[in-house]
Amino acid sequence: MRKGTVHALVGENGAGKSTLMKILYGMQKPDEGTIEVDGELVSFSSPADAIVRGIGMVHQHFMLADNLTVLENVVLGSEKLYGIGGSARKKIKEISDRYGLGIRPDVLVEDLGVADRQRVEILKVLYRGARTLILDEPTAVLVPQEVDALFDNLRELKSEGLSVIFISHKLGEVLSVADDITVIRRGTTVGTAIPSRTTPRQLAEMMVGSELPTPETAESTVTDRPVLEVSNLTVHARGAVSLGTEDEPTGEGLTEFAPAGAVKKVLDDVTFTIHAGEVMGIAGVEGNGQTELIDALIGTKHADSGSISFLGEDITPWPTRKRRESGVGYIPEDRHRQGLLLESPLWENRILGHVTEKPNAKGFWLNPKGAQADTRRIVEEYDVRTPGIDVTAASLSGGNQQKLIVGREMSHDPKFLIAAHPTRGVDVGAQAQIWDRIREARREGLAVLLISADLDELIGLSDTLRVIYDGKLVADADPATITPEELGSAMTGAATGHLEHEETAPEGDDNAGPEDEAR
Amino acid sequence: MKKFDKERVLVAVAGPVIALVLAILLTSVVLIASGKNPIEPYRLMLEQLPYSDIQVLIINQASLYYIAAIAVALGFRMNLFNIGVDGQYRLAAVMTAVVGANVALPGFLQIPLLLLVAMCTGAFWAGIAGILKVTRGVSEVVATIMLNAIATSIIGYVTLANVWGVQVGNNMTTGIMKKSGWFPGINLGSDVGEIYGLVFLAVVLGIGYWLVLNRTRFGFDLRATGASETAAAASGVDAKRMVLISMLISGAIAGLSGLPLLLGDTHTYSLSFPAGLGFTAIGIALLGRNNPGGIALAALLWAFLDKASPALDYASPVAYDKEIATIMQGLIVFAVVISYEAVRQWGLRRQQQQVGAELAAAAQNTNKEVAA
Repeated sequence: MRKGTVHALVGENGAGKSTLMKILYGMQKPDEGTIEVDGELVSFSSPADAIVRGIGMVHQHFMLADNLTVLENVVLGSEKLYGIGGSARKKIKEISDRYGLGIRPDVLVEDLGVADRQRVEILKVLYRGARTLILDEPTAVLVPQEVDALFDNLRELKSEGLSVIFISHKLGEVLSVADDITVIRRGTTVGTAIPSRTTPRQLAEMMVGSELPTPETAESTVTDRPVLEVSNLTVHARGAVSLGTEDEPTGEGLTEFAPAGAVKKVLDDVTFTIHAGEVMGIAGVEGNGQTELIDALIGTKHADSGSISFLGEDITPWPTRKRRESGVGYIPEDRHRQGLLLESPLWENRILGHVTEKPNAKGFWLNPKGAQADTRRIVEEYDVRTPGIDVTAASLSGGNQQKLIVGREMSHDPKFLIAAHPTRGVDVGAQAQIWDRIREARREGLAVLLISADLDELIGLSDTLRVIYDGKLVADADPATITPEELGSAMTGAATGHLEHEETAPEGDDNAGPEDEAR
Repeated sequence: MKKFDKERVLVAVAGPVIALVLAILLTSVVLIASGKNPIEPYRLMLEQLPYSDIQVLIINQASLYYIAAIAVALGFRMNLFNIGVDGQYRLAAVMTAVVGANVALPGFLQIPLLLLVAMCTGAFWAGIAGILKVTRGVSEVVATIMLNAIATSIIGYVTLANVWGVQVGNNMTTGIMKKSGWFPGINLGSDVGEIYGLVFLAVVLGIGYWLVLNRTRFGFDLRATGASETAAAASGVDAKRMVLISMLISGAIAGLSGLPLLLGDTHTYSLSFPAGLGFTAIGIALLGRNNPGGIALAALLWAFLDKASPALDYASPVAYDKEIATIMQGLIVFAVVISYEAVRQWGLRRQQQQVGAELAAAAQNTNKEVAA
C-alpha cells in the first residue's frame, strides 16, 4: 500500500480480513510470510511493536472507558508521551484541529455518541504517533451522515500524508473513499481494483468468486406441509442499540438488565413459513437481526410479540430444552461459544444439547457408554478427523468441530434445523460434506432455516431466499435466477439504507414458489 | 486412546504437585529469612503423623473441611463463587443445636430431623443470595459475604440468654442437646479418642457429589453451565434456574459441614465453635480441583497441617512458631491458582499439538498405502 492513500480491504465475512489485520497489528503471529514497513522487514509480537512502527488500529468495538474523560482515555497507557496534563491537552487539541476531528478533551466518554467515540479512537491512535491507521469496519455502527463525516476525516488524514487501511464489506462506501482496493476471499488475495474503473458489480463478483464449488440443490423437495410458521415476530433490543452479533456476549446473561428507554426493535414484524423439505435462506449483512431471529426460534430469547408455531403447535412460550426435544436442531453461528464445550471431550460434546435424549440418557441418569458409542458412530459417519473421542473439542480443527456438531444435530432426527453459517471457517472439503448432509435431510422432509454470509451457499442450497435488513424481511428472491452479485448488492444497499428494490424485486416476484405470504 | 487418558492424569496431577512444591519452597524461604532451619519444621510435623490420637484429630477435622469444600466445589463447577459457606455453616449449626436442645424425639427421628434442619438452614441462607442473583443480578460473591456478616449477628442474637442461649461460665451456648440427637462415634480408647460417626456422612456426600455431577443429566447441565454459559443456554439449560438450584444445594451441603463436630463432640453451639471453616474450604476445593478425590486429599493435608503444627511450639531444643503451617496454607492457595492456570493452558496446547501430529501421521500413512 502507498503512503497518503486509503487502501480498502474487502471480502465476505470470514474471508480472512480480520485475521490479516490482527497480524498487521501484532495480535497474532503469521505462520509464514513477511511484512515490510517502509522497505524494512518487520515482525510484530505485540500491538506495542506495531505502534512503535507507526501502525495503529481502530477496532470495531470501541475500547474506551466510559467513566473517564476524552483526555484521560487518550493518555491512558501512553502517559509517557506528553504527560497527563497541559501538554497532553495541547497535543490533543493540535491533532484534533489539524485533522478536523472536533474533539473536546474534557467531556466524559459516556456522554458521547457512537460517531464521536469513533473519532476519539482515531485520535487515540494518532496521539500515539501512528502513520498508518487500520480501521476495522468503521461504518458498521454509523448512520449515513456520520459515514460521510468519517470519510471527510479520512480524506483529511490522507492529505496530511497518513495512510489508512479500511476494512469493509460495504462496496458502495469502499468505492467512494478508497484509492486502492484489495479483495480477499478464503484467506487469499483474489484481486486488486482501482475504484474509478470498477463498478460495485465487478467488485461483488470478485468478492464472491465464481469458480467455487457451488452447492446446487437439484430437484425441489418442497412440500406444502408447513413445519415452522412465524407470524409478526417482534423482539426488542435490550439495553443500548443492539447490533446483533456485535452485541456483547451477555447472551442469556444472568445480570442482564435493560436501562429504561432505549427500545429498538431488532426484529420487526417478521412473518414466514418453512415447509417440510424446504430450505429457506436468509441473506443480510451481519447484525441486521439474524442473531435475534435465531435466538427467538431456539428460545434463548423470547418474542416480545408475535408467535412461532412448530408442526401446528404454538411453541412461543416453550423453553429451549422443550423445543430441542421436540425436534428443533441447531447449528449455532458461533460454534465455540454456543455449540461446544471446548475443554470437554468429544463424547461430552455429543451430549450437549441432547442431554435428555437417547442415547445420552437413561431417564434421570446419563448414559456415558451410549453417548461414547454414538460419538464413535458420528466420528465415523461424518468423517470427523480425530485420534479418539476422548480428546477435547478444542484440539480439533474448525471443520472437524463443525462436522461433529452437524452429526450431533442430525442424529436426533430433527424436523426443523436452524443452520447458522454452517460452513463458516470450514475448509472446502468439509463444506461439501456438510452441504450434502443438509441436502440429504431435506430430501427426507427436513425444514431448514439457513443463515449465511456465503452468498453462493445461500443461493445454491435454498429453495426460497429472503433478505433481512434492520430486523425486517425486506425482499425475497428466487435462488434459481438470482446471481450472488444481485443478492449482494441488495444486502449492501440495504445496509446503507438504499435498498435496490427494483433489482431484486422482479426476480422475487417471478418466484411464486411455495411462498404465499412473500414479504 | 489410552495415551490421552494418561495425558489427562498427568495434567490433573501436575497442577497440585507443582503448587505444593512451590509452597514448600516459599515457606522455606520464609524460614530462612527469619533465621530458622528451613527443613526441621517439616520433619517435626511429619513425626506427629504416626501417633493415633493425631490421626483421629486429623480425620475428624478433615471431615468438616471435606463437607464444606464439597459445598464450595459444587458452586465452582458452575462458576458460582459461594463465599458464604462460612455463614451458612455457622447459622445451620446454631439452628441445629437449638432444635436439638429443645426437641426430644427418638434417635431414629431426631437425627434425620437435625440433618434436615441443618440442610434447610444452609439452603435458605444461600438461597437468599441465589434469588438476589437471578432476580436482581446481584453478584453472589457480594451477597454471600454480606450474609456471612448478618449470620454472625443472628447467631449473637439467638445465643442471648433471653432467647435460646444458656450461659456457661463466660461462654454463651445454646444448651446441651438432647441425648437422642448425639451421633455415636467410633471409640478407639480413652487415650486415642473417638472418630466422629458423621465422618461417613462426608464419604457419602463425596460419592454423591461425584455421581450427581458425572452420571446425571442435572450434573451434566451444571457442568456445561460452568464450562460455557452460552453453550449451555443454547443447549437448553435455564441458567437462572440452574443458579438457584446450585446455590440451594451448595447451601444445604454447607449446612451439614458443622454437624460431625456438633453431633459427635460438642453437643452444643458455643462461642468456641470453629469459625472460618468456610473460607478454609475455598482453598481446599481449589487445591482439590473440585474433584471429590482431590478434595479428600486436600482436606487431609489441611487437617494435618492444623493438627501437627502445635507440636512445633513445644519442640526441643529449638521451638518453632506453629504459624508456619498457616503461612504454608496461604502459600498453597496462592501457588495453586497460578500453577493450575498455567498447567491448564499447557495441557490444552499440548493436546492440540499431539492431535495435529497424530492426524498428520495418519494422513501420511494412508498416502503411503495408496502409493504402494
